[in-house]
Amino acid sequence: MAIIAGRPCLQYLLHLAHGSLDFRLPEIKALLAIRGKPFNPGDNFKEKSPFWCLNDVSEEDICRIMERSVCAKSAFELWGYGKTHSELKTSLLRYPSENMAPFMHKDSTYKINVYTFNKTLKIAERIKRIDALEYLPFEGVVNLNSPQHVFSLIEDYGTNPNNIPEHPDNIYFGRWIADGQRELIRSHSVKNRHFIGNTSMEAGLSFIMANHAKVEEHDLVFDPFVGTGSLLVACSHFGAYVCGSDIDYNTIHGKGRSSRKNQKWRGPDENIRANLRQYGTESLYVDVMVSDASKPVWREAALFDAIITDPPYGIRESTRRTGSHKDGKPPDGIYAESHVPVSQSYHLSDIFNDLLNFSAHHLVLGGRLVYWLPVYRPEYCEEMIPLHPCLQLISNCEQTLSSHTSRRLITMEKIKEPEELDSLVHLSDPRFSPYQGHNAFREKYFSGVNKRSGKEDNKAVNGE
Amino acid sequence: MKLLTHNMLTSHVKGITKGYPLLIKATEVKVNEVAFNPQFVSRMIPKLEWHALVQAADELGHRQDLPGDLVPNYEENEEFLKKVHRVLLEVEVIEGCLQCPESGREFPISRGIPNMLLNEDEV
Repeated sequence: MAIIAGRPCLQYLLHLAHGSLDFRLPEIKALLAIRGKPFNPGDNFKEKSPFWCLNDVSEEDICRIMERSVCAKSAFELWGYGKTHSELKTSLLRYPSENMAPFMHKDSTYKINVYTFNKTLKIAERIKRIDALEYLPFEGVVNLNSPQHVFSLIEDYGTNPNNIPEHPDNIYFGRWIADGQRELIRSHSVKNRHFIGNTSMEAGLSFIMANHAKVEEHDLVFDPFVGTGSLLVACSHFGAYVCGSDIDYNTIHGKGRSSRKNQKWRGPDENIRANLRQYGTESLYVDVMVSDASKPVWREAALFDAIITDPPYGIRESTRRTGSHKDGKPPDGIYAESHVPVSQSYHLSDIFNDLLNFSAHHLVLGGRLVYWLPVYRPEYCEEMIPLHPCLQLISNCEQTLSSHTSRRLITMEKIKEPEELDSLVHLSDPRFSPYQGHNAFREKYFSGVNKRSGKEDNKAVNGE
Repeated sequence: MKLLTHNMLTSHVKGITKGYPLLIKATEVKVNEVAFNPQFVSRMIPKLEWHALVQAADELGHRQDLPGDLVPNYEENEEFLKKVHRVLLEVEVIEGCLQCPESGREFPISRGIPNMLLNEDEV
């Protein structure tokens, strides 16, 4: 919109949900990148605000972004902006009438909403504000039930609920374009999913992860710690073909104890494939396998468009890999097929170095790795984030879990093909040592927890 | 297990040099109808080891008329893409095993799911 002199193209306003603040900007940037567009915010951009202005995008771009975004609630074509209603009026009167005309002609129907952020207005006050817009050249008829065009007058009263100003900080007026995908949080809730586990990823975050990874239709996506397949559900929703592996035979086969409160054992239709079937994406299911993520079972080639995963932190699921006991010898006899020959503890720093190395070798160029990194907050520093010469760090978003722990959603993009020595680089990398501290994540996690009973202690000691 | 996955898996038995492709010994194979997506098939073809795919389809007796070599301009050739689609995504090994071509070690497949884990003494 023409508030910035000389700028010919339209500006769009995004109204973002006021949660998962850290995750919003990387999500919007990734969705813009899918469209080949940069993130060009308006002047006075404040990341923490629920309102962002975007320049240099088309209405088509906005529609495609809103078909994916879980962080954005609504998007508008911005017609006017001001810090006061008088400024807004000046701004609206400067908006080119030829841009307004298609939506104002006498055969059209419309409605104006009044939305206030961080304040509640009575109905009378809303009507007063709508009436004050009578200087706009609407020629159509008001239709409150099914209007062709919806407009919003938005008043932003800041982000401090304990200090609500009398007058809004910012006022916007725009034509509604589209809503985001927040409904997915409810429709794909883990509560209603056929097959879940103790650590199944909540729906909202799983879709955000798929967006951070720039997952697209016709992609092939892999999760090396697939568990119950929550991330595959999200990726297949966006049209990607999905596969996964996990070291736990029972989880992959959908057997064993249920994670639901009122259910003891898992039923016959509880497995990853059934989850995709539940949401209508079974045709995008490729395979899952029982496999050790630290072992090279995949042919050396750039196979995957994205790798999205939530590795175990060693708290509610153990970290394991196959390997021999230092002291014991393997048991005699025939192994039952479900025998999981695990014993070596898998140090967290090794998990991430293996994961980065695996990604460098098996992602397509430009493909992304998105994974959660558990962090002991008192000791966290940015230097702890594992790096790899073939992967560029794109974003690092924190989700607090407790006063002393959090997890960080790390997004990396493959920028070059690996050479011989790249997989060993981490050994000389100073970042390798600071992250060694993460091997003690389990102890640090439990050090802040009150000892509830002897049983809990025994669980911790026995590596659960 | 679908043949798309088989095409990407390799044996990792300690000490072997030629673990690809794994031989398939199937006791139960199913053919399901899966929605055809020409763009996905087109994008996967360059990532495939074509001869390993043909060999695997042969092993299962489901090759039909899949050509021994890639046809040129396959992106435009819907008939060819449909044949590839069928072999990649519609043929599934439900029971059987994958066998390391060098060591003979068998990785079981049950309920369509391969188990690639090696035992303690093999790692």
